[in-house]
Amino acid sequence: MHLKYIKEIIKADVLAYEPGLELEINTAFGSDLMSDVLAYVEDDTLLITGLTNQQVIRTAEMLDLKAILFVRGKKPCNEMISLAEDKKILLMSTKESLFTVSGILYNNGLRGISI
Amino acid sequence: MNTYMKNESNVAMKLHYDISKDDFSRAGEASSKIKNMLRQLAIEANILRRIAIATYEAEINLVIHSLGGTIDVYIKPDCIEIYVEDVGPGIENIELAMTKGFSTATAVAREMGFGAGMGLPNMEKVSDEFIIESTIGVGTQIKMVVTY
Repeated sequence: MHLKYIKEIIKADVLAYEPGLELEINTAFGSDLMSDVLAYVEDDTLLITGLTNQQVIRTAEMLDLKAILFVRGKKPCNEMISLAEDKKILLMSTKESLFTVSGILYNNGLRGISI
Repeated sequence: MNTYMKNESNVAMKLHYDISKDDFSRAGEASSKIKNMLRQLAIEANILRRIAIATYEAEINLVIHSLGGTIDVYIKPDCIEIYVEDVGPGIENIELAMTKGFSTATAVAREMGFGAGMGLPNMEKVSDEFIIESTIGVGTQIKMVVTY
């Protein structure tokens, strides 16, 4: 699914690396546990999380993830934004909850990873 | 069972990083550098990913649990060897520590998204060879090998 399309259907704000909107992801994974993300997520996955700290960006970097969507109105700090720009990782934010956003994306055809 | 020992044979290149305890803001920097270096050496993406997970979980563990430690990466013609050594409290029950979900991490670590009890199991999962040794009150040593 095109990340630009995801941005539109959930009305997300772009916070870092806007060129990333042109890319596509195949699956999504929602979690605040970065170790679970490291355990299960393959690349081409959208990470959906309410956790905002440097380790979220680092986790995405380790897994070559292209995009992170922050839920519940969480906004990453400036250091996170500049690290994401540096690593070419698209950061988006939405006011909706993890559950609601996941439901909207699922309804539009996006699926989770297989565990 | 194999014992922890650095294998100095056929090393093409060595990388060494010192990791400080409680330095959460910089946690992941060493793993990032290792990943970038290996990418420049044209290591295949899937191998790169496994090494990144192994070193990153190890780095986080050093920050959370140890009094400080080191990560050494030996780049060899047929594999990458990762050696993690720390000075710290040691692990009382390694079998328990290797169980998914078991953790002794602090609230601070949990706020960072870790301490879910997945670190050591993750490291073992991505390694072709995994050796862990620990002495209470002294420290822990881990060897991980990822074969191309």
